[in-house]
Amino acid sequence: MRDYEAVIGLEVHVELKTASKIFCHSSTAFGGTQNTHVCPVCLGLPGTLPVLNRQVVEYGIKVALALNCEVARFCKFDRKHYFYPDLPKNYQISQYDLPLSYDGYLDYQTDDGRTHRCGIVRVHMEEDAGKLIHREGGKGSYALVDYNRTGVPLLEIVSAPDIRSAQAARAYLSELKTVIQYTGVSDCKMEEGSLRCDANVSVRPRGSDVLGTKTEIKNLNSFRAVEKALEFEIARQIEVCAAGGRVVPETRSWDEEKGITVSMRSKEEAHDYRYFPDPDLVPLVISPSWIERVRRELPELPAARRRRYQDEFGLSEYDARVLTAARETADYFEECVRQYPHPKVVANWVMGDLARLLNAAQVEIGECRVRPGGLAALLRLIDDGTISGKIAKGVLEEMFATGKEPQAVVAEKGLVQITDPKVLAPVVDRVLAANPGPVADYRQGKSKALGFLVGQVMKETRGKANPGLVNALLKEKLDQ
Amino acid sequence: MDLYYLPAHELHRLLVRREVSAVEICRAVFERIAAVEETVRSYLTLDRDGALARAAAVDRELRAGGELAPLAGIPFGIKDNICTRGLVTTCASKMLHNFVPPYDATVVERLNAQKAVLIGKTNMDEFAMGSSTEHSAYFATRNPWDPNRVPGGSSGGSAAAVAAGTAICALGSDTGGSIRQPAALCGVVGMKPTYGLVSRYGLVAFASSLDQIGPITRDFTDCALVLNAISGHDARDSTSAPGEAVDYTSFLVDDVRGLRIGLPREYLDSGLDEGVRQIVKEAAAVLEARGACLEEVTLPHTAYALPAYYLIAPAEASSNLARYDGVRYGYRMPDQDNVIDMTRATRRRGFGAEVKRRIMLGTYALSAGYYDAYYLKALRVRTLIRRDFEQAFEKFDLLLAPTTPEPAFPIGDKTEDPIKMYLSDVFTLAVNLAGLPAVSLPGGFLNGLPVGIQLIGKPFAEGTLLRAGYTFQQSTDHHRRRPPLGGGGVSR
Amino acid sequence: MLTKDQVEHVALLARLALDEEEKERYTTQLAKILEYAAILNELDTADVPPTAHVLSLQNVFREDHVGPHLPPDAVVGNAPDKEDGFFKVPRII
Repeated sequence: MRDYEAVIGLEVHVELKTASKIFCHSSTAFGGTQNTHVCPVCLGLPGTLPVLNRQVVEYGIKVALALNCEVARFCKFDRKHYFYPDLPKNYQISQYDLPLSYDGYLDYQTDDGRTHRCGIVRVHMEEDAGKLIHREGGKGSYALVDYNRTGVPLLEIVSAPDIRSAQAARAYLSELKTVIQYTGVSDCKMEEGSLRCDANVSVRPRGSDVLGTKTEIKNLNSFRAVEKALEFEIARQIEVCAAGGRVVPETRSWDEEKGITVSMRSKEEAHDYRYFPDPDLVPLVISPSWIERVRRELPELPAARRRRYQDEFGLSEYDARVLTAARETADYFEECVRQYPHPKVVANWVMGDLARLLNAAQVEIGECRVRPGGLAALLRLIDDGTISGKIAKGVLEEMFATGKEPQAVVAEKGLVQITDPKVLAPVVDRVLAANPGPVADYRQGKSKALGFLVGQVMKETRGKANPGLVNALLKEKLDQ
Repeated sequence: MDLYYLPAHELHRLLVRREVSAVEICRAVFERIAAVEETVRSYLTLDRDGALARAAAVDRELRAGGELAPLAGIPFGIKDNICTRGLVTTCASKMLHNFVPPYDATVVERLNAQKAVLIGKTNMDEFAMGSSTEHSAYFATRNPWDPNRVPGGSSGGSAAAVAAGTAICALGSDTGGSIRQPAALCGVVGMKPTYGLVSRYGLVAFASSLDQIGPITRDFTDCALVLNAISGHDARDSTSAPGEAVDYTSFLVDDVRGLRIGLPREYLDSGLDEGVRQIVKEAAAVLEARGACLEEVTLPHTAYALPAYYLIAPAEASSNLARYDGVRYGYRMPDQDNVIDMTRATRRRGFGAEVKRRIMLGTYALSAGYYDAYYLKALRVRTLIRRDFEQAFEKFDLLLAPTTPEPAFPIGDKTEDPIKMYLSDVFTLAVNLAGLPAVSLPGGFLNGLPVGIQLIGKPFAEGTLLRAGYTFQQSTDHHRRRPPLGGGGVSR
Repeated sequence: MLTKDQVEHVALLARLALDEEEKERYTTQLAKILEYAAILNELDTADVPPTAHVLSLQNVFREDHVGPHLPPDAVVGNAPDKEDGFFKVPRII
């Protein structure tokens, strides 16, 4: 195993979240009853013609810039021909020799903390195909076709073969997803198919700069699948090579259940896409001013944000990574810090208690009922002594469940901290009287006993007593 | 004069004066159809009830004192590759034998907006591939001037209908001459507008970079009126030219003084019927007598237009016709084991021989290893052909040429030899490669058969074509001759 | 020279079933047309750019609005076979 290295390139398809399809006015909404989001154009009816959705180009430029690509001054659309029932025209409108953008890169980090740079060969625009549903029944098998997804705009992002391990492929994909989500052009949901990945992989003796024969792996429906399938395929290819065999260039499919890749029977069909410029569409000329406007509108990307969180907020690299993994989380965090300028405290709450609540309830931070202002207010209540940190956790839960402001929760539940010695003194006396053993222990020098007594006072006051004051009062009485 | 033989602008005048009703006009045309359609066979589909209802609506509007659009109440034939909502659109192919479009082509919408009366869908060569209308999957249309001869093609049904009086005006489509060649052979006016002037939305594509819809009419006034109706920008067609609407009737002036007209040497030196050559020269003399300046011009790459065309058009066609797979609409070969077999069998049975020949040729021209040698080479030659015209138009406003090498040929004469058939378009297809406007008009007769002459203009200079054609028709009466078809009809 | 094998390959690409007679005929006819097209090689076009479009148009866009969809009956109205609003086809292999 040690003698070989893997060479991996990923082809990623991202569905853009425009309102309408790339070449017609049909909706791109996910789901929907079969064949209800279609019109004569996306059904490929005879006589219909495509007209390009401007927003697709806008989004394409955005992603291209986020991936450090050159945006082409001149590009065009080509027809890519293959027969398949989910492709209404039996050609896909795509971009061939003059794509929207090319020559970019993406820096990503593997779990060992090392940063890698992967080249981006090209980013181009194309239309999605429809969906086939297979109905099995031996001789009576048939298929049903739904064209709702046909014509949904896609960006195809082709990486250079710069990735060297299954783990790195996953890390690259994860960073790519984060970057695209930051640009706001796609949901990047692998489970809904708005982010799709095919992998090209080959192996070669370590140190060689010759590329081995590659296979293409399809049906990678999750990050886990990408990693597992590549692990399997790399091991399989190494085994073949080590035994003196040859890897067959082919397309393989990942079988999630069995955990293996299997050869997709090469169809009897000849493959020749016969690309040529689509005569129904006119060329696209992208001016420098258009590119610059999009560049100015680009949000701060995750890498920059991570650096800033470390430099400006003094957060650890780990915290910065977790907080920036999704743009919504980072935006939430920063808004909270704006209102309560103690980044480390905010980070702890966002990554700790709040994250736990979100996870348990399966809620996205964008839909969270605790808004950044509410969390900031809660943290201020701790600082000004109104409530203890411990009480605050309960208040947060209540805020999360009801959407109420922290002050309201505290007032309703009577959770205001007891900071008046006159109120606490009788409780302290009661606890001391009821616990002669620990009192004796303390006086014999076992200072641990103090903690127990504090706990008892807190219990008596249902956590509302100010812990510092309880401490001081107890010591005062015990040391008398 | 029989109502069905009047041009649209005269019928409009009669309608406005209430001398005739739209229903009467419509009935006259349907009676004419009853009398001669058996001989000519222009129509694949007739919509008598729909047409009469539309005509009645025009009459109601007229009675209510509404103002009529110029084409209101005018019976139209529409080539069967132009989509009509709710009316079967077959492209004369078995493949689309039952295809009912759920939408109207832009040109149909625009004619409907004027309340023109669509009476039926006209025969054509299957998917517009052919020059004789013999390649219809249903039947061959006959030339009204001699039913043993072809009407030309591919818009043979539209041209024959206008010539025979079974439509007042018609729409055709022209990819390499498919409006002009049948117009020439049937003795009517057929214009291929500049690429981009008329929306292609709803025109079933043959070769997208060459296809244009255009009018087939009896004279230039009607040509201008139909062009007014159907031209203009359409947001549904990315290749539709922007720009303000033009009133083409403003170019109908009887004056060609100072117009510089070039006679392309290559068109007159090639294998051309001597009689046709003579007619072109006579036409030149007519225009010269009216004050135009005529001079020879050279288009050096003319001989390369035909081979370039027969690589480019089939290549685009092979792509455009890929969608006919038996899945979503049209014909499907039944009882097939799997989808690949089904599509193969469907395309084998659904397409005719000429269509399959062009799909094969085009697929080959685009395939790996041949793209550069054939398709790309042809696109480069296309540039040379464009430049020929650009150079000629530095000196000339118009070019005058024959439309076809010979008058209508006998049915069956060229069906065995594809190249022989392709040569029928030798004078028309360079215009499509260059995207120029051109019109064919009756220039004279040979042995009782009409001969067309062709005027070719600069991009978007349809107005100049109309002016020259109109002037020519003011000095000649070839366009007033009617074919010796039997059949009576409503006279007045 | 065009061979029958090439014709068979092209027929596969074009998804056209052909019988023996058709294969022979297309081989002859296409060879003849290609031979005719070969006169293009008389021209030196090394420095001539290709014309894919005669128009000088560029950047034709539509705005990102959702428009009307076809009613479900119209969508499958022309379908040779359908089931439950889906288009139905023989099995995929």
